[in-house]
Amino acid sequence: MSDALKQIKEAATKIYDNIKQKQKAELSAPIRSLNNVVYNVNPGFFELKGQTKKRTLTANTVKSFAQTLRLMSLSKQLIESEDIATKREAYYVSKNWDEARFKEQTESDSVMDDIEAMFQVNREQLGFIADEHGGSVAGQLIVIDKDTNTGEELRIDCTKFGSGSYSIPSDVEHLQFKTDAKAVIAIETNGMFERLNKHSFWKKQNCILVSMGGVPTRACRRFIRRLSDDANIPVYVFTDGDFYGYFNIYRTLKVGSGNAAHINEFFCVPKAKFLGITPQDIIDYKLPTHPMKEVDMKRGRDALKNDPFVKSHKEWQEAIKQQSKLGKRAEQQALAKHGLNFVVSDYLPEKLANRGSWLP
Amino acid sequence: MVDLALNNSKAHELAKSQREISIAEFFERNRHLLGFDNKRKALLTTIKEAVDNSLDACEEADILPEIIVEITEMGADRFRVAIEDNGPGIVKEQIPKIFAKLLYGSKFHKMKMQRGQQGIGISAAVMYSQLTTGKPARIISKIGAGHPALYYELKINTQTNNPEIISEHVKDWGKESGTRIEIDLEASYNKGRQSVDEYIRETAIINPHVTLIYQPPKGEQLMLVRVTEKKPVQPVEIKPHPYGVEMGMLIKMLQVTTAKTVKQFMKEDFSRVSDKVAEEILENAQVLSKTKPKNVTREMAERIIEGIRNTKIMMPPTDCIVPIGSELLERGLKKEINAEFYATVSRTPNVYRGNPFLVEASLAYGGDIPSEGGIEVMRFANKVPLLYQQGACAINESVCQTNWKSYGLQQSGSNLPQGPLVLVVHIASVWVPFTSEAKEAIAHYPEIIKEIKLAIQEVGRDLGRYVNKKKKVKDEMKKRSYIETYIPHISEALKDILALSDFAESDIKDNLSYLLEHTRGKLDNLEFNPEANTEYDENLARIGREEEERDE
Repeated sequence: MSDALKQIKEAATKIYDNIKQKQKAELSAPIRSLNNVVYNVNPGFFELKGQTKKRTLTANTVKSFAQTLRLMSLSKQLIESEDIATKREAYYVSKNWDEARFKEQTESDSVMDDIEAMFQVNREQLGFIADEHGGSVAGQLIVIDKDTNTGEELRIDCTKFGSGSYSIPSDVEHLQFKTDAKAVIAIETNGMFERLNKHSFWKKQNCILVSMGGVPTRACRRFIRRLSDDANIPVYVFTDGDFYGYFNIYRTLKVGSGNAAHINEFFCVPKAKFLGITPQDIIDYKLPTHPMKEVDMKRGRDALKNDPFVKSHKEWQEAIKQQSKLGKRAEQQALAKHGLNFVVSDYLPEKLANRGSWLP
Repeated sequence: MVDLALNNSKAHELAKSQREISIAEFFERNRHLLGFDNKRKALLTTIKEAVDNSLDACEEADILPEIIVEITEMGADRFRVAIEDNGPGIVKEQIPKIFAKLLYGSKFHKMKMQRGQQGIGISAAVMYSQLTTGKPARIISKIGAGHPALYYELKINTQTNNPEIISEHVKDWGKESGTRIEIDLEASYNKGRQSVDEYIRETAIINPHVTLIYQPPKGEQLMLVRVTEKKPVQPVEIKPHPYGVEMGMLIKMLQVTTAKTVKQFMKEDFSRVSDKVAEEILENAQVLSKTKPKNVTREMAERIIEGIRNTKIMMPPTDCIVPIGSELLERGLKKEINAEFYATVSRTPNVYRGNPFLVEASLAYGGDIPSEGGIEVMRFANKVPLLYQQGACAINESVCQTNWKSYGLQQSGSNLPQGPLVLVVHIASVWVPFTSEAKEAIAHYPEIIKEIKLAIQEVGRDLGRYVNKKKKVKDEMKKRSYIETYIPHISEALKDILALSDFAESDIKDNLSYLLEHTRGKLDNLEFNPEANTEYDENLARIGREEEERDE
């Protein structure tokens, strides 16, 4: 019996026993927020502090209690029949539950996250998968997968997609890698990934390019983690020069998030380094900028105040202060000011060669 | 030299058109002031004046009133109305004057809580009848067993304002005592908010000790039986208080007083004026104590008024005001309106301009009362329903100034609130300040508005508590049905996960119901029960309800 299935049954048994004895039933799960995580450079990811929230079955919680149990029941069915459901499919399954159905997918996603956290497993173990895979790969890499029908080994050469790319699947646990590359470069935008791919940047620098397409999905984070561990190569991250790029994208990739802290251990890339665009790059490369809005500024202040990752890296604190003082942000594409291929010919080679310009 | 023989001065010219205005002309010109502005109102005013007189007479004689009101349609716009009471009757000499002489009566400026105030009402109705139909009023009155019943046919001499006896004889009448008046008049009969029906309905509410037998022009006779055998306490007549006296009244009082000196006049004809107070007033007025009342000039009278204003005088006694009482008022309301909730208050007396008064308020909420539209306000002054001029009335003003939102009703700005509510406000006073002779609206004295608002707030708070409780119970019911909705989902999910039996599943349901609901305590049942109100009288509730019309 899978671990997740065992835990579902145990939790249900406990509730059933309570009800049988006419006692109040309870469900408890770790609090999913930045306040409930600690960060240490070793092991290098957000770990749960151990605060839990208890949900006692009362008139006010009866609906979410019912929804949680029904979703657990769905998970049990999926695991037993070795099937999967995307988050969106699970949301549509709930439409059969009359009054207990979810109104919006955000509601079912949140209950799903609660169940994950409750059992300290990831959603794939519960039979649920993400709606989007997220993440494209190009470069010096052979991914070894299996044919879904025959189980035969498939070797996917990521240099052979031409102007296209390899797409990261939702479950990456079974993949194996073969590579001689010296590094993985994770890129925020698809646009920048396309430009680098078109100019075969991976060939020139002997590296693997991964497009995250905004905040990296769990599959994307896990893929980068497994690839970099297997091949024992460094990971460099290239995002826009703004607080969203630094913390929502880079920090999530490197140390995980507060919301899914229970699975950060597997879905983080502690060895990742921030390549650019740093606040100093904005000055050094005289990049065209946009003024930061109040919401952007607030993101910086919040990071200084609440983000355990920022709190333990002085470099990042200074970067935030420097950028807040500038009051400006710059996109990756701003490098085009110096010529469309400036990023390929000058910026990235210079940055890769200069360790001192990176941020931790 | 001025030629006195020449009568061509301006004054002479004017004198040609100057003559004594006959009482008929006076009436014609002022009929709106007396409540005869139109045919519909004329019918109401005639009945109202007669019933008011009957009720006052019965109460004065300490008799439980039983009053018959009959309306008969005689032709187009022509009606005959008859009002009959079981009162003390009227002595022979008084009958013609009471019914056929305007401004004759015992009540004029009498400081006593009673319905009539001016001695103008019933004779005005006789006058109106005479002017519109030419027919005399027919009166029967009997003052007791062993006395004859006297029958009169009366008209008013429109030149001299004196009664004209058309016919006079003794008649057989089964009643022990009482009075019956029959009048033909031009009128129109309507239903709705300002109708005779409404007047009868409200009269029954505000006079719980009265039995009314009402025969409308069409349909069945209605018998509205009293809810109490307890006769109201007799109000005491008091002397006017100096703070309430005005110029005209003071001059009139000075003319009729039997006092020898103005000081004696102050002491004897006013309440709360002691020897010391009288001296102080006259000193402040710079009028000699020994001045003869007949010799007080207008200028001196003005100084006396001023002197009163500058003297501190004890407030008048308030035991001269007799409330209906909260219990009887509420029973009266229950008789008419089948509601879920009632609240009533009878406040202690207060004083405006030297006149004692008190305010009573009662409300009925929910049940059969329509929840759409504005609330219904029933206004009463000395137990008389006020049906016209609601907008100009101090009661209406006080209702609008009250914040009804905090009592659970809807209200936009300072308008009448919306919701299923009937509000009764009764003002009792030795002298009710009306805005006009037609006695339709109460004047806006700040002291009166304040008292009305306090009364409304008192019943309003009770209402607020009830509405809140009702809302809480409703929320709780909703919550319980909410719980009930999700329990099967929990049991079904547990059954699926743990592969339980149907029996175990239903066991879970039972236990969950117990856990989530039974611990929440017992609920008060606040559902409207139409049978709960034992005072309710369908006959009364029906009248005046078929149509809703009004004109101001």
